[in-house]
Amino acid sequence: MPTQRIKFYQTGTYTAGNRLLDEEARTVQSRMDRTNSLNSGHRACQGCGEALGARYAIDAAMRASRNRLIAINATGCLEVFSSPYPESAWQIPWMHSLFGNAPAVASGVAAALRAKGRGDVHVIAQGGDGATVDIGFGCLSGMFERNDDVLYLCYDNEAYMNTGIQRSGATPPFARTNTTQAVGGAPGNLLGTGKNVPRIAMAHGISYVATASVADLHDLEAKVTTAMGMTGARYIHIHVPCPLGWGSDPAHTMRVARMAVESGLFPLFEAKSGVVIGRTLIRHKVPVERYLELQARFKHLFEPRRNSEAIASLQAIADANISFYGLLE
Amino acid sequence: MRAQIEGSQAVAEAVVLCRPEVIAAYPISPQTHIVERLSRMVKQGDAGRCQYLNVESEFAALSVLIGASAAGARTYTATTSQGLLFMAEAVYNAAGLGLPIVMTIANRAVGAPINIWNDHSDSMALRDAGWIQLYAETNQEAADLHIQAFQLAEQLSSPVMVCMDGYILTHAYEPVDVPDQNLVDAFLPPFSPVQVLDPSDPISIGSMVGPEAFTEVKYLAYQQQLRALALVPEVAGDFERQFHRLSGGLCTPYRMEDADIAVIALGSVIGTIKDAVDELRLEGIAAGCVKIGCYRPFPSLQLRAALEGVSRAIVVEKDLAVGMGGIVSVDIRMALQGSAVPVHTVIAGLGGRSISIASLKRMVIEARAERLNEPHFLDLNTTVIDAEQSRRREQRRAGPVAEQVLRAVNAIGARTT
Repeated sequence: MPTQRIKFYQTGTYTAGNRLLDEEARTVQSRMDRTNSLNSGHRACQGCGEALGARYAIDAAMRASRNRLIAINATGCLEVFSSPYPESAWQIPWMHSLFGNAPAVASGVAAALRAKGRGDVHVIAQGGDGATVDIGFGCLSGMFERNDDVLYLCYDNEAYMNTGIQRSGATPPFARTNTTQAVGGAPGNLLGTGKNVPRIAMAHGISYVATASVADLHDLEAKVTTAMGMTGARYIHIHVPCPLGWGSDPAHTMRVARMAVESGLFPLFEAKSGVVIGRTLIRHKVPVERYLELQARFKHLFEPRRNSEAIASLQAIADANISFYGLLE
Repeated sequence: MRAQIEGSQAVAEAVVLCRPEVIAAYPISPQTHIVERLSRMVKQGDAGRCQYLNVESEFAALSVLIGASAAGARTYTATTSQGLLFMAEAVYNAAGLGLPIVMTIANRAVGAPINIWNDHSDSMALRDAGWIQLYAETNQEAADLHIQAFQLAEQLSSPVMVCMDGYILTHAYEPVDVPDQNLVDAFLPPFSPVQVLDPSDPISIGSMVGPEAFTEVKYLAYQQQLRALALVPEVAGDFERQFHRLSGGLCTPYRMEDADIAVIALGSVIGTIKDAVDELRLEGIAAGCVKIGCYRPFPSLQLRAALEGVSRAIVVEKDLAVGMGGIVSVDIRMALQGSAVPVHTVIAGLGGRSISIASLKRMVIEARAERLNEPHFLDLNTTVIDAEQSRRREQRRAGPVAEQVLRAVNAIGARTT
């Protein structure tokens, strides 16, 4: 029978495509033998991007490690919604120690495995943006520079959500949080603040750094799989919308995540040893407004009157990303 | 083998004899000689497959060990002073998770004012963090306590701090018998953890525990510490049988059989106190001394028994609870509850100030004459205090205290010499 190769092109979620793909190209998550490392029944909110991202990332890491994986978790939403005993949702060896030390604890696990000659067991550490870019940043940098054999996954929802939506070093300019409220002369988070931890990770010269988003779960799994195939310190920064903190519709988590990517505000790229080796091209560039208007945390940019200057400065950030990473080439 | 070595070197050698698997270290005086020596021993292959991590802070050092211990490794670090306080959150965490980590505290004052010399402010600040706390009198005991500490920690699934006086012990050269590897191996079996992160048997560690179970979890930790009250002397007994010397234990009396007045203390000052006791005895004063070797858990009953028959007790402590006075003396009063024995608090040796035999003897004589105020600050320079206090009364913007006191000490000191 003659066959014809069809190029799939979808604007919706990627998961529906699995049925149409070759067996090997399907997501880990679509497989019957996925491990459900973060099992059902946990207490995440509806539409939680972090739960979704963690589920895909860790099942992919489990597959890549042939189910020989230990996970260390910083304090935060993921830890809290997954672990109230005796209802732990974790099907893998999992430990939570403190808010600011997950990278160091993971380094310790890796060191113990090395001392015991257990090269077959792999270590991941994970935390939210607060745990990663703020309170655990020293430990993260230490783990990077020592090149400890750990894959660190940051689930970035751009604020301290577990404590009730406060600003972190990953909160975008103008975003309303409970410590950057939409009041006064400069409502929301201040322009010109915050840090780009994927770039800082790259500056450590570690073997692998990538950004990923729940908007592209195939890409997320592929990056986790790539990282798991390497050794030393590795870092993946995953953009995960938080309906509660962002004031977005829980049904629109994927849409919001996709707008962040398609607007250029959250560029998807990967880097090896400090050099960018790949990026995900934007298929339909959207103005940042399309992304902002989905979220109540940016409502003050539109009501009671439009703050064109603020919107323009966010657009400038997106355009700079597009130009820097060549996302429209 | 008996050798004339520095306390820090003796401790490092003892730690390596215990076959640690992961060591994490961050430099801070006066514990650095210990971790420098360990670094060398690991690097030149004297410690098998042991991993040595140079980390970016004390908080990271203990956090690394939390992970390593949970993965089933025998773990060790050393710190002091600001470093111990910087890792305080992890200190509580390691105990709460029941991880048998051993840590040396090279006791040092806590700033401000910054001070690198010895007192017990650091370990006292974390006395209730859930760690067993042992205090060494000599370098031999410091080395021996580390071997006992791994045994205690692993039997109880509880972390242990071995406290030794900074500089006074860590930097002192004296003869220390570093035991043979085969004797240590016979005393200390390989670590067999009660909980371990293992992909073939996945468990969750560090889950959130709510009001329905938190009290019970804490009660079990309390019970576990009380078990140490039986285990500490047992391990010290086993140690004596194996190595033929007395080291460790809960509390140790000296010339207490017929003592009328007892001096109680922790750490290296015990040596000076013993000398003072001997001299007082020659002068007809029936003094004795009790060393607290294990401060947490606190051996109340054993101390009460050791103090049986005395008419007066003086606690010499190298710490200060601002707003209260003593720390150890409060515990001693608790141990003597119901008895009429007066207990004096004497704050001594802060920030490395020498504690002399003459001052200790004067203290005992003053106590017997009911002339010690409560608390009593040993060798306090009252001239400087009076001058500074009157200066501060006269001047609103009097400036920082420490710098003014330094100036006054130098001026007054120069005048009196």
